[in-house]
Amino acid sequence: MNKELIKYTVSVYTENSVGLLNRISAIFQKRHINIESFNSSITEIENVQRWTILVFTTETLIKKIVGQINRQIEVIQAYFHTDEETIYQESCLFKIKSSLLFDDRKIQNIIKESNAIIVTVNPEFFVIEKSGRTHELDELYEKLNKYGILQYVRSARIAVTKTPLLISDILTNFKKK
Amino acid sequence: MSKITGSEAVIKCLLEEQIDIIYGYPGGAIMPVYDELYKYQDKIHHVLTRHEQGATHSAQGFARISGKVGVAIATSGPGATNLVTGLADAQIDSTPMVCITGQVSSHLLGSDAFQETDIIGISTPITKWNYQITKASEIPEIFAKAFYIAKSGRPGPVLIDITKDAQFEKIDFSYKKTEGIRSYTAVPKININDIELAADLINSAKKPLIVWGQGVILGNAENELIKFVEKSGIPAAWTILGASAIPTNHPLNVGMLGMHGNYAPNILTNECDVLIAIGMRFDDRVTGDVNRYAKQAKIIHFEIDPAEVNKNIEVDIAVLGDAKQTLSEILRITKKNSHKKWHQKFKDLYEIEYQKVIHNDLNPIKDGLTMGEVMKEINIQTKGDAAIVSDVGQHQMIACRYSNFNKTKSNITSGGLGTMGFALPAAIGAKMACPEREVVAVIGDGGYQMTIQELGTVFQTKAAVKIVVLNNDFLGMVRQWQQLFFDKRYASTEMLNPDFVKIAEGYYLKARRVTKREDLANAVEEMIKSKEPYFLEVVVEKEANVFPMIPTGCSVSEIRLS
Repeated sequence: MNKELIKYTVSVYTENSVGLLNRISAIFQKRHINIESFNSSITEIENVQRWTILVFTTETLIKKIVGQINRQIEVIQAYFHTDEETIYQESCLFKIKSSLLFDDRKIQNIIKESNAIIVTVNPEFFVIEKSGRTHELDELYEKLNKYGILQYVRSARIAVTKTPLLISDILTNFKKK
Repeated sequence: MSKITGSEAVIKCLLEEQIDIIYGYPGGAIMPVYDELYKYQDKIHHVLTRHEQGATHSAQGFARISGKVGVAIATSGPGATNLVTGLADAQIDSTPMVCITGQVSSHLLGSDAFQETDIIGISTPITKWNYQITKASEIPEIFAKAFYIAKSGRPGPVLIDITKDAQFEKIDFSYKKTEGIRSYTAVPKININDIELAADLINSAKKPLIVWGQGVILGNAENELIKFVEKSGIPAAWTILGASAIPTNHPLNVGMLGMHGNYAPNILTNECDVLIAIGMRFDDRVTGDVNRYAKQAKIIHFEIDPAEVNKNIEVDIAVLGDAKQTLSEILRITKKNSHKKWHQKFKDLYEIEYQKVIHNDLNPIKDGLTMGEVMKEINIQTKGDAAIVSDVGQHQMIACRYSNFNKTKSNITSGGLGTMGFALPAAIGAKMACPEREVVAVIGDGGYQMTIQELGTVFQTKAAVKIVVLNNDFLGMVRQWQQLFFDKRYASTEMLNPDFVKIAEGYYLKARRVTKREDLANAVEEMIKSKEPYFLEVVVEKEANVFPMIPTGCSVSEIRLS
């Protein structure tokens, strides 16, 4: 059995129902798997939610877990993908002392080179936003951390898959029955 | 159309689902529904159990013997939390059950009100589905969904929590049964290609073995299984929840799998060339060490729940679908065979087990009574037609090993969860579902005392259950493990027991105690002939062990006879 931990993006199409998250998180909890990030959003289909869950686990386990997620009544379909199989983005916000921006010109270059966006600047602090792949966010964090970061927050991953997911087909087939 | 209350709507939903018996216990937050139960008592028989746990197990026993959905009802807070064991039991044993709980009024939710508990949160991991109703208008649709989910596909328990204000609120009632849910595939579509691949393997196998489970019973596929077994000539063994799907005395039935199962099917699991699993889930009590389980064999898994495929054991071919349909399909293309030489191996190993274990269990000559000889007497008196209801432990293993089952749905036991206290209330539910059947609860002295208060339910309902307590003054299975693996340090397993006969008599039940072999046959005969409920205590040998046994961590082929 392959025990190597792999980063998986789990995509779960669900009905918009209270309590379902509890059911899904319990499946990870039972196997002691930490959820790295979680995003819930609307989708291209009305009244269907899409959850994007990031976890580190083995291939053997992720198959079983996604099987058990699929078994839940209000889950329309769940999938798992590796980074290579998805197009994904994460974003983050940095809050940094404004004085640093003027004391050390290097920080301005870092911001420019990273394609980060300055969200706001005031005399006390400024906030920049960066979206990208995990390693791009990590790199910017490393660079800025040398100067001191007042606050740092990172959003959950959102991802679309390279292959089609055909949720509409599942729903259309149900209607036909 | 005149408006009705949410509570009356609950009753009407139950009637729409042909429910005429429910088990429960009243309390503050469910009182409006009880008020309606009072008005509808000619249509729905409410059985007052003596504890909410008893209500769930009764509903389970009802469901297991009848194949119908069992219903239990309780109040909020402690009433609801007392349902937890039954829900967990029904979840792991795939029992169709709907539990209804009262809840504090919706404006109080989250405020730690009197008898408020988050039963939705608590029951989430142990229900197939659950839902909290806060508006009466939701009642018809949610009940329809609940019954559909509980009984369709792989069955399971559903809990509906109803706030008190929703019980009082008035609505226009109309009911439409649920026929499908877009996010839920109850039964996966059969892939004919998989059937053909499976048939090729089966037809060319030299030493095939069928291992079947409760999926056969839940799918009403007993006849299909028997036809498949007879045509293919393949020896077939069962998990404890699969017991009774094929009669015990059928020549191709080679016995019970797993930890205390029969010698032959366990050993030969590791010799077969094709293992055909039908409606079973490779529980660890069946497989022993999974890394040494049937490694030499190609494995085919007939299964309704895709999440069970490759969960515990990697299989070569998965045939998804309802067992009745998949078995009918495979039957058409299965070649006739007899596998005579292969069968002889099972017979030879059975003979070894018979000489070393079974003969002594059933025909003991030494002093103490054995659990096995009690089962033998029950078989004789019931002619194998009874439903046997058991808890968990030594008595359960003996009951499953030695009962003669002529009819399906006859082994009602807590398999997956292993719940002490299951048997007595489950037997009440089973007897009420099928009054024409003989229902014998076989219970250990430990488990019996966990739900002994349900004697009150027996007394009040007059449900003619036969209760056999096999009393060894020990928590026998734990004691057996302490003897074998903990150097006989009997930590808290010896029980100082009360006078069980007096307790039964306190509930005005006919009761008898047997301590001597010469009285056993007569006592069992008297019990079975009784038209009323009957309690029989049999004082058995204190430190007897159940064998064969596959110790934890061992392979099925390392099964020990002593």
